Amino acid sequence: MADNSDPNAPWKTLSGLGTSGLTALLFLYFLQFLAPVAAGEPVRFVWDWIPSLDVSLSFYIDGLSLMFALLITGIGAMVMLYAAKYLAGHHHYDRFALYLFSFMLSMLGLVLADNLIALFVFWELTTFTSYLLIGFLHLDPKSRRNALQALLLTATGGLAMLAGFILIGITQGTFELSELNAAGSLADQPFYLLILILVLAGAFTKSAQVPFHFWLPNAMAAPTPVSAYLHSATMVKAGVYLLARMHPSLSGSDVWVWTLSIFGAVTAVFASFMALRQTDLKQTLAYTTLMALGTLTMFLAGSTGYAITAAMTFLLVHSLYKAGLFLMIGVVDHGTGTRDANVLGGLKASMPITAAAAAAAGLAMAGIPPFLGFIAKEVAYAGALEMHLWLFVVPMSLIAFALMFAVAGIVAYKPFYGPQGQLPREPHEGPWPMLLGPVVLGVLGLLFGLLPGISAYYLIEPAVAAVMGEPDTGGRVKLWAGFNLPLLLSLITFGLGFLLYQRHLALRERLAQIEARAADLDAGWDRLLDHFVTYTKAQTRLIQTGVLRQYMFATFAVFAATVLVTLIARDVGGIALQFAGLSFMEWGVALLIVAGTVLVVLTSSRIVGLVALGVVGIGVALIFIMFSAPDVAITQLLVELLVVVLLAMAFLKMPNLDPSGSQSHSFPNAVLAVTVGVLTTIVVLLVVDQPFDRRLTDFFEAASWTEAFGRNIVNVILVDFRTLDTFGEIAVVAVAALGAFALLKGFARARDTKGGEK
Amino acid sequence: MEALTAIVIGGLTAASVYLMLARNFMRFLFGLVLLSNAANLTIFASGRMTKGHPALVPYGEDAPLGVVGNALPQALVLTAIVIGFGLLAFTLALAFEGYRRMKSVDTDEMRFAEPKEDTTK
Repeated sequence: MADNSDPNAPWKTLSGLGTSGLTALLFLYFLQFLAPVAAGEPVRFVWDWIPSLDVSLSFYIDGLSLMFALLITGIGAMVMLYAAKYLAGHHHYDRFALYLFSFMLSMLGLVLADNLIALFVFWELTTFTSYLLIGFLHLDPKSRRNALQALLLTATGGLAMLAGFILIGITQGTFELSELNAAGSLADQPFYLLILILVLAGAFTKSAQVPFHFWLPNAMAAPTPVSAYLHSATMVKAGVYLLARMHPSLSGSDVWVWTLSIFGAVTAVFASFMALRQTDLKQTLAYTTLMALGTLTMFLAGSTGYAITAAMTFLLVHSLYKAGLFLMIGVVDHGTGTRDANVLGGLKASMPITAAAAAAAGLAMAGIPPFLGFIAKEVAYAGALEMHLWLFVVPMSLIAFALMFAVAGIVAYKPFYGPQGQLPREPHEGPWPMLLGPVVLGVLGLLFGLLPGISAYYLIEPAVAAVMGEPDTGGRVKLWAGFNLPLLLSLITFGLGFLLYQRHLALRERLAQIEARAADLDAGWDRLLDHFVTYTKAQTRLIQTGVLRQYMFATFAVFAATVLVTLIARDVGGIALQFAGLSFMEWGVALLIVAGTVLVVLTSSRIVGLVALGVVGIGVALIFIMFSAPDVAITQLLVELLVVVLLAMAFLKMPNLDPSGSQSHSFPNAVLAVTVGVLTTIVVLLVVDQPFDRRLTDFFEAASWTEAFGRNIVNVILVDFRTLDTFGEIAVVAVAALGAFALLKGFARARDTKGGEK
Repeated sequence: MEALTAIVIGGLTAASVYLMLARNFMRFLFGLVLLSNAANLTIFASGRMTKGHPALVPYGEDAPLGVVGNALPQALVLTAIVIGFGLLAFTLALAFEGYRRMKSVDTDEMRFAEPKEDTTK
């Protein structure tokens, strides 16, 4: 489904060409690092971010991050240009361009970050921006659901990964990846297993390894440019990037080798069968992406030169051909109105350029010489033969590569040759902004293969060196490596792949039958979410009762418990109560307040309660008068008067305290109240027992006249030294008055206009 | 006097907590007033209490003579009293309007935001 309805809509918009141009400029900027990085001189930029937590905004450009940065910006620029045409005239296109550009920047930050915490932040930024992109067609409920699924799954993995990062930071004393990797493997450190599990949880969810794979095909709900970008070079490769980035620190254990080999191999083989089963070409490509991610994970399990070279070469070649194929499918969809493999055929005549670009990408995918894909496959077999688990890895690679050969035929050959099917639209060639990407990517796949020395020196070998932690001079990337076992395996792959392609229609039916019987993880996900919602509802019912008393009880109980625990933990000794020298008047005032308080609590009459409150207030004012605070006492008296008047006015129109005659007294409440009261007394006594710090008071006393020219120190503080506080206080009163006015007048009017209901 | 004040504060706090746990919203308001008083006394007492010497600078002098009452907590309490009053006035308006709408001062019945129907589902 092409989302643009109007082929003549203007597409040369600022948001389209601007983002694409900026991204292309970034690509050019990163090109300048090729030579120094290839010469073994990584570049590092550091800005302090949260120094107190040892978190800095540091960026590191070595072979691995540079290769990713170039892929992200290079493919990004082409995808943005493509999207400008693909979505031209879409009423939310500007929003789309913003999402896509933000995603590109987050991804760039992710691969360049040297600090684990910064890496995590960018990681989650890619999660959020990809959520927005996958759910871009937000009017479609399926699109929203799939976007949310991707968000929840990858963000949960990301949180596990954060826990792993923090563990690394605590145990190793640094969050800088360059320092960690230089220090070598963590395999014999404490917590290694836990760290590994947590980090792998992040990487496997992001890179959609089985059993977390189901979100990726669902994410195809996004417009095609998004799929081309997110599922070729970026988003899903973030997990692979993390595995490669942390390879020096986290590899070197049997757990690493076994986990990555098994998860990777299972994902690769499962996904290639699933790719064969699909009829929607975009879904087919989604599953081949899964297959590629599995293969990459499988080769990152190894630590030998060939295994890592295989991973890096395959990563490069996959990014190029997969982005090209996705974009090509978009062009075909755009030109014919369908993506169904059963319908498409014979488009070569009407779409010659698309056919050529598809052929280049397809040949790279199938691994035909002299494309870079061929070299990747040769190196992959060489790497597989070197691995500890070669008995497992070689056959799995063979199956996966053979299936990929067949899928390449389905995607890149079949739609363009043979008889033309019944198409919804008369096929026509795509416009140039949409053809540029597939053509450039196809040509690059061929050029890199024809010039293996250059691609190895500038791109692959620096990346391998970064992953292995030592300079790489293997010279493994060759178009012709002689007659050897990998070449033999390649030939078997071609034969097997051709057979599979011949029989793919029959095979697809068998696979569909098997799929119908297999457990559906996607539906399981929905059930899991349903259970989660049920659980949270039950929990909310338990905690949020909606009864104010219970909230207050919980609040005061927590307060009492924390104070009590602190007092016990600090082992507070006895407190001496000093009552000596207290006059009759002081005892009298204290007694007055206590008597008033008791009366407020016990009375069931509004008027008695109000009078008792007044007694307490006047008692407090008396304390202020006796102890050198005449200004405070005056204010207290005035406010107390106002409080009593206000309450009296309001209470006149409200019912009595115990309208039904029921006493609202409760023993548990009394126990809690007394506990809080006693604890407060103890805390105040402890505070008063501390040595007194007079520095501030001394300053105010000395400065009151000499600097502020006022003789009443309290007033000087209020209107001079702490004017802002006073201003805030006035603001609070003003806001309270406005609020009260709105409540009493505003609602009254609203009620009147509604015809006096209620 | 600090020790005696501490006990008074404890009494005020206990009473306000007890009142704020009651079902009747008017009792809750009483509790709020008492809690405000308790808080003000706490600030006042923790600045130490001096009898009969207000914080004034006599004419002809640059600073107060001898020990005078601590001016800083007094300034803070002054602010706190006024803000406490603002809070009470607003809460009272809320209670009053709540009563007019829901015809009840029983907080168990006043459930505009979290209606009872939800909990029985």
